[in-house]
Amino acid sequence: MDLARTEVKAPARKGFTRGSAARLGLMAVPVAFFAVFFAYPVAAIVARGLKVDGEWQFGRIAEVIGQSDVRHVLWFTTWQALASTALTLLIALPGAYVFARFEFRGKQVLRAAVTVPFVLPTVVVGTAFLALVGRGGLFDEMWGLRLDTTVWAILLAHVFFNYAVVVRTVGGLWSQLDPRQEEAARMLGASRWRAWRTVTLPALGPAVAAAALMVFLFTFTSFGVVQILGGPAYSTLEVEIYRQTAQLLDLSTAAVLTIVQFVAVGLILAVHAWTVRRRETVLQLVDASTVARRPRGVGQWALLGGVMLTIAVLILLPLGVLIERSLSGPDGYGFTYYQELTSAEGGAFLVPPIDAVWNSLQYALAATAIALVIGGLAAAALTRKAGRLVRGFDALLMLPLGVSAVTVGFGFLITLDEPPLDLRSTWILVPLAQALVGVPFVVRTMLPVLRAVDGRLREAAAVLGASPLRAWREVDLPMVRRALLIAAGFAFAVSLGEFGATVFIARPDNPTLPVAVARLLGRAGELNYGQAMALSTILMVVCAVSLLLLERLRTDRTTGEF
Amino acid sequence: MSTTKKVTVTAVAVTLGIVALSACGSSDGSGDNAADSKNVTLVSHDSFAVSKDVLKEFEKRSGYKVSVLKDGDAGAAVNKAILSKDNPQGDVFFGVDNTLLSRALDNDLFQSYEAKGSDQIASQFRVDQDKHRVTPVDSGDICVNYDKKYFADKKLAPPKSFDDLVKPAYKNLLVTENASTSSPGLGFLLGTAAQYGDDGWQGYWKKLKANGVKVVDGWEQAYSEEFSGSTGGKKAKGDRPLVVSYASSPPVEVLYAKPQPKEAPTGVATGTCFRQVEYAGLLGNAKNEKGGKALLDFLISTEFQQDMPLNMFVNPVREGVELPELFVKHGVKVDEPETMAPKKIADNRDQWVKSWTSLVLK
Repeated sequence: MDLARTEVKAPARKGFTRGSAARLGLMAVPVAFFAVFFAYPVAAIVARGLKVDGEWQFGRIAEVIGQSDVRHVLWFTTWQALASTALTLLIALPGAYVFARFEFRGKQVLRAAVTVPFVLPTVVVGTAFLALVGRGGLFDEMWGLRLDTTVWAILLAHVFFNYAVVVRTVGGLWSQLDPRQEEAARMLGASRWRAWRTVTLPALGPAVAAAALMVFLFTFTSFGVVQILGGPAYSTLEVEIYRQTAQLLDLSTAAVLTIVQFVAVGLILAVHAWTVRRRETVLQLVDASTVARRPRGVGQWALLGGVMLTIAVLILLPLGVLIERSLSGPDGYGFTYYQELTSAEGGAFLVPPIDAVWNSLQYALAATAIALVIGGLAAAALTRKAGRLVRGFDALLMLPLGVSAVTVGFGFLITLDEPPLDLRSTWILVPLAQALVGVPFVVRTMLPVLRAVDGRLREAAAVLGASPLRAWREVDLPMVRRALLIAAGFAFAVSLGEFGATVFIARPDNPTLPVAVARLLGRAGELNYGQAMALSTILMVVCAVSLLLLERLRTDRTTGEF
Repeated sequence: MSTTKKVTVTAVAVTLGIVALSACGSSDGSGDNAADSKNVTLVSHDSFAVSKDVLKEFEKRSGYKVSVLKDGDAGAAVNKAILSKDNPQGDVFFGVDNTLLSRALDNDLFQSYEAKGSDQIASQFRVDQDKHRVTPVDSGDICVNYDKKYFADKKLAPPKSFDDLVKPAYKNLLVTENASTSSPGLGFLLGTAAQYGDDGWQGYWKKLKANGVKVVDGWEQAYSEEFSGSTGGKKAKGDRPLVVSYASSPPVEVLYAKPQPKEAPTGVATGTCFRQVEYAGLLGNAKNEKGGKALLDFLISTEFQQDMPLNMFVNPVREGVELPELFVKHGVKVDEPETMAPKKIADNRDQWVKSWTSLVLK
């Protein structure tokens, strides 16, 4: 108990009560939020599927899992997620190192660029990748290489999506690790590898685990990518839940699959919480700008070059193909498709598609605000050295990432339609759903940094008479401001790109960008296709610009604060 | 204890803030459709479209303001309507087709109303005549489309019937949609079941698979990526000259092209068609029943029926409505499409789709 220790002369009992009460206070809001906007809707839709005439049909669970089709889906879901995670770590960890330790021209722009894929709607990414590795794609034309309807296309697209998760989560911490610790180990005679393994790796452990966990969660619940690139022969749990709910209205099968996914994700989170706890150490954090330097020697330059090449081929190329298609109009290159976006004549919407840009920004801002409040409070509560209850809460916060967005969307539909929570026809519904996926990002980004803050500083503040709140404001906040901004950026970005739940609850007269793109792609004709590409490009640019602004903000504010 | 209190107070205040925000949002929202009976809401799928002036004319004449909620693809829209039927999102639902009709009726989605002008609807489309829970609005045919240029270049006659599709001459040419996720995919499956019977269709699909049929998930992908005859497909270098689409797809290729070609680049194999009929109905707990009834009357009025073909690319069901020139010129008339009673579809759909999935996809 941190707070107990701060009360030097107070009886331990009193300190304990006070610390627990403060934590419960901090936890109250996130708990209420998740109870109302997550647990209740999901439980309601599951109950609708498994309860017949008031009787729970638990027999259905064994029945559904017993089907060979379902087991096949489960197996594919698991192994492709494992393979995607391994591949992403393999490709992105060198990138994380390069971004953390090297100073080079265009670093900020590039860091923003690699994050853009992460926020693109899956339909767009699928189409962009198809244009790259599919039939008649760039690789096909050049080398006759086609990967569509193979599992390779799925894996590569997953790397494309999640590269930024590793670079940001691991690289963010890496850039603040004091290299002098490793240098000290080497001075004492450790080899370069041993120094890295015994000093840097344990420090990075929690961040790598967190990143791997996120990648695993995203790929385990992958939907659009698998559907477009894998073809109908490949199906993940998430795809199957969507099919059973939206297409077949077989709610009992969907409910069982939701529970299976829920349990699987719960297990993974439990293991993760355990590993993180074992590796947790107090880290010596330094200002990133004092650590990064220009690469020296052939090895370092080669590493930088290799990372650049990977980024160019895997991330910039698919994005480039997207832009090319948006500009390639019926009469050669031009802005025809962009001009069409301002007219409501196409018939896909009641409003010009360009309005979706403004809608999306408003929704995403509201969702970011909600996610920061909820996630920030939760992270603050979790920072305190925790008992079992709080650790359970930690894992609970991650669940929205692992639970089918389709289930959440349908759950919203059937639960939030009665007073006092008659939200179904209001604008707040969309940001609420988007905030659900934003909160875990805020917590994940804030937590490693918050936990790494040396408790003794807080104690010192307390000894000098500061209240816990004041100690937090004066000690923790300045050190986590950077993380807070990154968290905000992530929350904003995922809100902007959220599709699975939004598509069910966004009102057609207020479509978001991803919803608008999907609707346009679903209609025949070159104009609609071109408009979808143009709108995707706009979404991409909006994301890139906001992320770039964030990078700037970050460096300006944090200079000299460490 | 003051700090603990502070934290708790802050927490409670934020919770209340969020609830208050939601609450004021909700009072704004529900005012739109509940209390004000001058508003009527149509719930439909993404493909719903109507000319602005036709809708305005109705609003002027009836005094109602129409809101349209386009709620996903056809299957998802119906299922959403069923899930939310206790407190529906609107007053009228349009877009439940014959493949899903029984599901909607069995779940009591609609209430009875015989729309004005129902007697003008061609008798072949009328169902549920004793209760009048649904009103037919349009019909369309799901058919194999072909790339005219491909077959001209190869000096090969395009296929005409289901039987043709399994001939060696058309090996590896057809792309269709996943019957479990796409309505044209399902329609095509039902068409083969209607043609070859409950016991014969599986044998037909074995032959079709052996003849290299490709299955993709959705219509968009099949038509705009894989099919060599559509504008999107040409661009994506699609290499399949046969695709399961609609009889009305050729006029669409003409209408949305700039400049419009003299002749549609694609044609229709008229012996491969399955008829799809779309219905509308007054939702069970509609808040504005009166307005909903007026809206249903409007959907089968001559004005709306005339306006439909070029907006939704479907055929009117009202007799004596003239088709637009573009439709007559570039479209085809399907004389003897395959059909199936909604009851029979409801009884067999899930089982057939399941067998089809293991037969064709696995």
